[in-house]
Amino acid sequence: MPAIYGTEAVYEALPENKAVVALKGLATDAKFDRAELTLTVPGESIIAAAEAIKSAGYNFLEDVTAVDWYPSEPRFQITYHILSHSLKERIRLAVRLESSSASLDSIVSVWPSANFYEREVFDLFGVHFGGHPNLRRIMMPEDWEGNPLRKDYPVEGYR
Amino acid sequence: MAPVATPPNATDMLNPGVEDVLAEALKHGKDSGNASDHTMVLNMGPQHPSTHGVLRLVLEIDGESVVSLAPDIGYLHTGIEKTCEAKFYQQVVPLTDRIDYLCPMTNNLAYCLAVEKLLELEIPERAQYLRVLLNELTRIQSHLVWLGTHAMDIGALTVFLYCFREREALLRLFEAIAGQRMMTSYFRIGGVSMEPPIDFYDNVRTFLADMPSKIDEYEGLLTGNPIWIGRLKGVGYLSPEDGIALGVTGPPLRASGVDWDLRRDMPYSGYEKFSFKVPVSKDGDVWARYAVRMEEMRESVKIAKQALDGLPSGRIVADAPKIILPDREQMKTQMESLIHHFKIVTEGFGVPAGEVYQAVESPRGEMGYYVVSDGTAKPYRVHMRNPSYATLQALETMCKGKLLADVVAVIGSIDIVLGEIDR
Repeated sequence: MPAIYGTEAVYEALPENKAVVALKGLATDAKFDRAELTLTVPGESIIAAAEAIKSAGYNFLEDVTAVDWYPSEPRFQITYHILSHSLKERIRLAVRLESSSASLDSIVSVWPSANFYEREVFDLFGVHFGGHPNLRRIMMPEDWEGNPLRKDYPVEGYR
Repeated sequence: MAPVATPPNATDMLNPGVEDVLAEALKHGKDSGNASDHTMVLNMGPQHPSTHGVLRLVLEIDGESVVSLAPDIGYLHTGIEKTCEAKFYQQVVPLTDRIDYLCPMTNNLAYCLAVEKLLELEIPERAQYLRVLLNELTRIQSHLVWLGTHAMDIGALTVFLYCFREREALLRLFEAIAGQRMMTSYFRIGGVSMEPPIDFYDNVRTFLADMPSKIDEYEGLLTGNPIWIGRLKGVGYLSPEDGIALGVTGPPLRASGVDWDLRRDMPYSGYEKFSFKVPVSKDGDVWARYAVRMEEMRESVKIAKQALDGLPSGRIVADAPKIILPDREQMKTQMESLIHHFKIVTEGFGVPAGEVYQAVESPRGEMGYYVVSDGTAKPYRVHMRNPSYATLQALETMCKGKLLADVVAVIGSIDIVLGEIDR
């Protein structure tokens, strides 16, 4: 199956998909590539999106991570992988953030497991999660400077 | 770093930080006013035999019971995700071994499947069967280490020696096929690295024929043992709702009654061709996790037998000369192969742009690889979703208000590997 890009095309190709139905009003971009569905939502509505997707049957948050698209903007892509035990399906929620405003709301209130995942993104990418109960470094030492997984952080040599 | 709002109360909060636990303990000491009636802070690890690596726990204890607890991780952080971005796709495979050093082949498989999905590469059936066979042997190997160390934590030292006897036999099998006992790196993008030696299959058959009786032996030492029962039954309860909310996967989730196994429910690498049971227990305690894993070892023996019996003949790598290194003999005799070899080794191979997430059922739960490609020969981003990392979040829920000695039993039962937590 070839890749499908754009909200309209994905809505048309997967009209029955529960995630598509749940996020129809919120998604700004959509992609169906290699049998994986990606829905992009705006950063300010991530909690609403997470709640909508959870009530649509996607009950298990697998992972929260980030991709740094430096030097292009919006720089950060926060990726959520959410699994449904009943539908046996997985979707990917993506949020794009500008480097000038690298912060969004924490979804700890929806899935408590986001706690460690968001701390990791905060630690290694420097993305701030508002409303997180314990937003501290988790991998690196407390006094570390810089965020190692950013693309402008060198792999070797001096920082 | 942006300022962090202090949470109202560490004891009300899920997964507090070390600082919160310390502040809370200090407050409790001040509030009580009575010198003999205060809590105590205990530091456990990072060098502690029962934390299975370099896990540091800070516990506030009131007598023998745990008031609050915070894990402190990162002692083994080596930046593997960052290193991956600087390597060619094929050079990442050995790095994946080192994430979860008890199940290297499961990591190899998850990564290779993810890249193969990006490349849309068709894997020959023989390679799929070999991968399944080795994954199940790896699961048995990992569960043997778990059982041995878990029993040792609780004081049953004998079991450890028995488990490592069988583990040694497995490591010899891995050495026979890959040349390495632990960091095997046997899988390749597109298949497996080489054809197993001729006597490998007979040796695996002998091992698999013996294994069920060995599992009986372990159970004979443990299952009816009153100390083992006393230390495990009813300890460290985790409800299925909490398990799902906290991201727990694998045997701990199945022991809480959630019937979910990626091998059966979202099959990969040809698992849909195998018949096996998924052991589930409703009890949710340390005992249930023990029972589920013991049963899983028996099921793994069955899957491995099916993989041996049904092993088809044919190629062990996909037919993709620009991605897979050519046969040594061909490389020395054919110009074309020599060019391919040179190009793959010196400049790697381009992978079409895109992002994929591939999850497999590791001995510890859901091991997922998120690979983002920008079309070049090096991955733009590799992220590992590690089962131990998520399961560690449930430790507090399982231990709070319980006895200090039970913390050791619970850590053993969630079978954490710090290599994959810290990466």
